[in-house]
Amino acid sequence: MMRAMEMPIPDAGTIAGRDQIAADLRALVAPDAVIAAEDERRAYETDGLTAYRQSPLLVVLPSTTEEVARVLGYCREHGVKIVPRGAGTSLSGGALPLADGILLGMGKFNRILEIDFENRVVVAQPGVTNLGISNAVEHRGFYYAPDPSSQIACSIGGNVAENSGGVHCLKYGLTTNNVLGIELVLMTGEIVRLGGKHLDAEGYDLLGILVGSEGLLGVVTEVTVRILKKPTTARAILLGFPTSEGAGACVAKIIGAGIIPAGMEMMDRPAIHAADDFVHAGYPRDVEALLIVELDGPPAEVEHLIAAVEALARQCGVVSCRISASEEERLTFWSGRKAAFPAVGRISPDYYCVDGTIPRRCLADVLRRMSALAAAHGLRVANVFHAGDGNLHPLILYDANEPGELARAEELGADILRLCVEVGGVLTGEHGVGVEKRDLMGTMFTAADLDQQQRLKCAFDPQGLLNPGKVFPQLHRCAELGRLHVHHGKLPFPDLPRY
Amino acid sequence: MSDFRPTTTRELEAVVAEAVAREEPMELVAGGSKRGLGRPLQLPHRLDLSAFAGIGLYEPEELVLTAGAATPLADIEAALGERRQMLAFEPADWRALLGSERAAPTLGGAIACNLAGPRRVRQGAARDHFLGFSAVSGRGEAFKAGGRVVKNVTGYDLPKLMAGSYGTLAALTEVTVKVLPRSEAMRTLVLRSLDDEAARRAMSAALASPHEVSGAAHLPEAVSPSGARTLLRLEGHGPSVEARVRALAEELRAYGTIDVLGDADSESAWRAVRDAEPFAPFADRTIWRVSVAPTDAPAVAARIAKTLDTRHFYDWGGGLLWLAVKGAQDGGASVIRAAFASGHATLIHGPQALRLQVAVFQPQPPALATLAARVRDGFDPRRILNRGRMVPEA
Repeated sequence: MMRAMEMPIPDAGTIAGRDQIAADLRALVAPDAVIAAEDERRAYETDGLTAYRQSPLLVVLPSTTEEVARVLGYCREHGVKIVPRGAGTSLSGGALPLADGILLGMGKFNRILEIDFENRVVVAQPGVTNLGISNAVEHRGFYYAPDPSSQIACSIGGNVAENSGGVHCLKYGLTTNNVLGIELVLMTGEIVRLGGKHLDAEGYDLLGILVGSEGLLGVVTEVTVRILKKPTTARAILLGFPTSEGAGACVAKIIGAGIIPAGMEMMDRPAIHAADDFVHAGYPRDVEALLIVELDGPPAEVEHLIAAVEALARQCGVVSCRISASEEERLTFWSGRKAAFPAVGRISPDYYCVDGTIPRRCLADVLRRMSALAAAHGLRVANVFHAGDGNLHPLILYDANEPGELARAEELGADILRLCVEVGGVLTGEHGVGVEKRDLMGTMFTAADLDQQQRLKCAFDPQGLLNPGKVFPQLHRCAELGRLHVHHGKLPFPDLPRY
Repeated sequence: MSDFRPTTTRELEAVVAEAVAREEPMELVAGGSKRGLGRPLQLPHRLDLSAFAGIGLYEPEELVLTAGAATPLADIEAALGERRQMLAFEPADWRALLGSERAAPTLGGAIACNLAGPRRVRQGAARDHFLGFSAVSGRGEAFKAGGRVVKNVTGYDLPKLMAGSYGTLAALTEVTVKVLPRSEAMRTLVLRSLDDEAARRAMSAALASPHEVSGAAHLPEAVSPSGARTLLRLEGHGPSVEARVRALAEELRAYGTIDVLGDADSESAWRAVRDAEPFAPFADRTIWRVSVAPTDAPAVAARIAKTLDTRHFYDWGGGLLWLAVKGAQDGGASVIRAAFASGHATLIHGPQALRLQVAVFQPQPPALATLAARVRDGFDPRRILNRGRMVPEA
């Protein structure tokens, strides 16, 4: 079902000029890299947030950095909007096209350029998949740590844009902690390098700003990431609790005891049942909350910590406790969690995945209030939860064929995110703001906060051509944002505190 | 020269707004321990932020701490120590190096300079632990960014931009950092008498092992009176550390005899590396930090030593080259910066005249320098805050 999201009003002149723009671009990139036919453009009309669709003005699929630079230079000169796209797996609509904007698909940038085991880095083009990096270094026992659920499909360039996480980020960090350098094309058409195989920035940490900027600041054409040696062993412990309070208390005790697990995931009863019905992971079915805690390191450490975690779980009223005895069993424990989304897809015609983060101590309270909200909207929710870092993924079950259900699901999602902010959390832990949470930014940030963020945008893209309509609920002109309201005498200077 | 000491965000906004109106820049100071870092400042006003101090909220089980930016690091570390936690980025204490022994470094200062100790190789720098902040921009406007949870992608990651901006974008008032458990045990493997390249290979091998090495430094003989020493740190839970010490020592057997330091000796050895103590006898020299790819570092050091009288040592597995240069006209800037193709060199300590004369921070290509200036325009268009701290600004 197609829905309209309020996007910047398309420029009729630009749309009318589609053929001319296509002809111009064919002179700047390989002619077959420009897609203008309506049926072919439609293939790009949505990303992982499928509720929203929009066919782009044109699709351009460049294959070199220079082509990207020429396209961006063209867009700047002619005032044409542009939306970068990696693998199109964004769950927040980050790659949703614009009717009057070029969709810049980075899929042809699919090569690994260098593997440097001595410096423990891989240099890859942005279209390489997240898992493709790990696969390329696996023969020497290395891997790339951030592992979003979409890692088979999502691209490393998209990971940079979204600062993607995964189940292992509590111990190993998010994308931003594992990216050392990028090559970037600016809206001016200039090509710059930030970072490299060395650490930290020589001036402002522009690399740190680019990661998680959701395609609003520049187009990444090369990425240097850190790789790690795989831990010698990894084991998981499966803990069932009669209440979510018990599971939440157990998570707090584990962290409080100085243990940082490689992964710590929680599922509630509806998610446990859906996952177990789907993949037969052997989960306990008569519990309200299930924790999967993974410990990695040398065998001595893993044994020591498994025992410690088990003891803490006993203090928190655990009723079911299983420790993986083999690699096969560890993977079985994870199979249900990893299949949780498709598993929920089996029990409901549609589901809507929410992504907020809360302080962990609020977990039981938030789950209780979420149930009440769901009941009020007449919908059901299954919860999977990166318990280690407080990142919630409530899956709202709905049927898009029932009139009004999608709208209710979205209202419930917004209510859940407001709840996250209310208890001291944030709107998005790893999926990004995109179009999805754009209009909720005001619940977390003041107008002054958002204006300051947009002034950063102005430094990179003063015309606002890169991915407009995403992240910010209201777009202001850079000239207006930059204006300094000089006013003396908020306090008279002599009265200002001094000593 | 006036000193301003606002005590509330409103007062701070008013002070900065007035400075904006008068176009009179101010030097940001809290503890004052790092006034000698960066380009020297002689500005008409001093903005004392020391009132923005005190731990607001510390939740050990959430692994987060919120404090006034001017809270002394000593207070932060004491509070964390009580709960057996730490700032994992291991902020350096360069007071001896910078001659500011009497000043008290603050958390905000450590963040503003994006400090990182030897644990950089495993746990990152201040930037990697900085979750959120409140601040007043160089426009005189209060704003906030980030949050107080460890996983957050809501809006641009402005904490990354603030870390390492040396107070040129905004005056931080409150900061939230991620904290981590202190390790139960710490051991250091010590390899003896290796030359730079062999040491670099040993460090690369150790860091490429699965043993979670959290520090890899090499002190050549010229800075280590008892002979060259290569240090490899292992820390964590007791049984794990013992197992990893054995495994790593076995893997590095080819590098000769290996000694193992216990907790206390390890603590002091790594504190010394962190604070550049090997350069204590060379305090009259110009001190640089050079960040390069670890495999490049020995060649970079050798190239520089051909022309300049230098002492050097390595941290970050070779990726951080510390240099103490004697007697060069420009403190060695041109030779050092010509010695690598990719990376950056920062002048950490030297005479004031020298720090005005040469670029303290690595000069950027024009496209990046222009972009950085535009970023500054967005936060501090009149260059009120720490004008000239990072690059010359009229």
